[in-house]
Amino acid sequence: MLSTINHSNLLRTIINISAILALLFSIGISVSYGTTDIDLLTVWQAIFHFNPDLTTHQIIQELRLPRAFTALFVGAFLAVSGAIMQGMTRNPLASPSIMGVTDGAAFALVIMLAFFPTVSNSGITVASLIGAGLAVTLIFMIGSFSKGGLTPVKLALAGVAIGTMLSSISSMISLHFQLEKEMGFWLAGELAGANWTSVQILLIAGTIGMVLALAIAKSITVLSLGEDISTGLGQNNILTKILGIFAVLVLTGAAVSIAGAVGFVGLIIPHITRFIMGTDYRWIIPSSAIFGGLLLVLSDVVARGINAPFETPVGAITSLIGVPFFLYLARGSGGGKS
Amino acid sequence: MNTNGETSKRKKFLWIMILLITLLIVLFFISLRTGVIQITPGEVLQTLLNNGTNKQELILFDFRLPQILLALLIGAGLAISGVILQGVTQNELADPGILGINTGAGLAVVLFIFFFRDSLDTTGSLSIFMMPIFALVGAMGAAFLIYVLAWKKGVNPIRLILVGIGVNAGFSAFLVIFQLQMDPQDFRQAHVWLSGDIWNANWAFVLALLPWILILIPIALHKASALNVLNLGDEVASGLGSNVERERRLLLFIAVALAGASVAAGGGIAFLGLVVPHIARKIIGPLHQYIIPISTLIGALLLMVADTIGQNLLAPTEIPVGIIVAILSAPYFVYLLMKTK
Repeated sequence: MLSTINHSNLLRTIINISAILALLFSIGISVSYGTTDIDLLTVWQAIFHFNPDLTTHQIIQELRLPRAFTALFVGAFLAVSGAIMQGMTRNPLASPSIMGVTDGAAFALVIMLAFFPTVSNSGITVASLIGAGLAVTLIFMIGSFSKGGLTPVKLALAGVAIGTMLSSISSMISLHFQLEKEMGFWLAGELAGANWTSVQILLIAGTIGMVLALAIAKSITVLSLGEDISTGLGQNNILTKILGIFAVLVLTGAAVSIAGAVGFVGLIIPHITRFIMGTDYRWIIPSSAIFGGLLLVLSDVVARGINAPFETPVGAITSLIGVPFFLYLARGSGGGKS
Repeated sequence: MNTNGETSKRKKFLWIMILLITLLIVLFFISLRTGVIQITPGEVLQTLLNNGTNKQELILFDFRLPQILLALLIGAGLAISGVILQGVTQNELADPGILGINTGAGLAVVLFIFFFRDSLDTTGSLSIFMMPIFALVGAMGAAFLIYVLAWKKGVNPIRLILVGIGVNAGFSAFLVIFQLQMDPQDFRQAHVWLSGDIWNANWAFVLALLPWILILIPIALHKASALNVLNLGDEVASGLGSNVERERRLLLFIAVALAGASVAAGGGIAFLGLVVPHIARKIIGPLHQYIIPISTLIGALLLMVADTIGQNLLAPTEIPVGIIVAILSAPYFVYLLMKTK
């Protein structure tokens, strides 16, 4: 993992507050920017003095605001899930997509598209959520039924295996029913369908997931030092892992079911956060949420603008924005010893 | 380890090798005779001895034999690439796909389809030969880029993996952007390629891939002890007097060349490079002089069987072989995971 710079809590607080300000600013841009540009004053009025007779107010309330919030939550959730997984498994490659959550959701989605093509958007969201849940339950069961118990490496490997198998079956179904392109868009992440219902789902899942994540943050810091050390310190690792996996399930499941498989955020934001914030997960988890949300809100603005009026999948943009920065950090960290 | 343990281990290794080779030969003949047009074992033998009908000769020599041989070579190449990458990076999740080698090849192929397809006769031999060349260039380019970006007074395993996932993510982003602008027909072709597909089996490809496999896998085997040492971690490795950096560079080169050549011929076959080394390790333990031969055979065996199934399961529709690999090997992999500590 990346090594870290010197940190004081003051510096960390300043960074977090600046990031939150940047986030608010980017939400403002996201809401005002689009096919019809709307100035920030109108945005302000649409939020705080809503007038249903004005089209611009309608656009902001019904389209732009839910979309910006969806981007914010999805980015935050994926980043936090990634942080939890990397901390628990001590593997720099761990990320939500490796846990098979994404593949489980995609599997459910392709089945809906192939066999129930008339299903509604919210039906698809519910199905993806169930698919994600089933995948994680399966992986969790494999981990706990195996000899030697629920080791992090075992979980990650089981996740890769189940995930690859589910995505292979999805691929087969999509080739047979010629659904490759729909699946392609979904797998690259898309926020076009965002509405207040998605925001509500995300809010509920987010409250549960974030409370859990913050509750176990300290235990994850200890766990990230290694299983033996944390057992030696008298920590209940099993409980931490179960709660951690549950938080990942809820957060990733909700994010993926609404925005598709936005790659990269969950894998790389935790690395960036660790580099900036240090190794204490009480800082890493909230900061990951802020950075992840910021990245996705900004990426969504670029995704809408880069090839307007066509939308580019937001997952592709997150990578294009994040990769150079990530590579810079990966190189700059010197030895790279964790 | 005492001498007794070593002898029994060697015995076990020999027995497993004999078992795998026998299995390979039996399944080779089974897969040679299965297909839309069935040929009996007797006819296969007759045809191989030059006594078959013209039609049987055509099917066996021009279609099935090169396809099967290609599957064997690709399977072996990907498996050993995975063995080396997992050893060098000391990461159980490493495989040719995770470092961006598959994606680099995939991006090159998608760019090829995107820009040049219209200007080329798609059924012509030029197109058939260009795709793997692009794939190879893409794979090598990705590997070179990763190595250069990870270089900083040497290449340590963690930085290599981090840079690999970064490059992989960047390539995937471009891949998605180009892919989604394709018309449905091209998109489908790209999708099939990316899922892993031995689409152009002919003797020229067998001959093109053969030297890579025949030269690089024996070198890897020769370097088995270096791999054992590297697997212990950098500090231990340097302490034992191994020239860590040079060994790592050579091994990485072998891994990338094997993956690049295999991906060029077989598309983005995922999972095989990850799972075969694990299976071999679970069977025979951590020593690479045993793991490499066994992985070679298991990789070849797995891909040959998957390819035969992919061609026949929903015939005449071919299922990309990478999909069958995953569906076949994942349950066994999970079983191994559950069984061992």
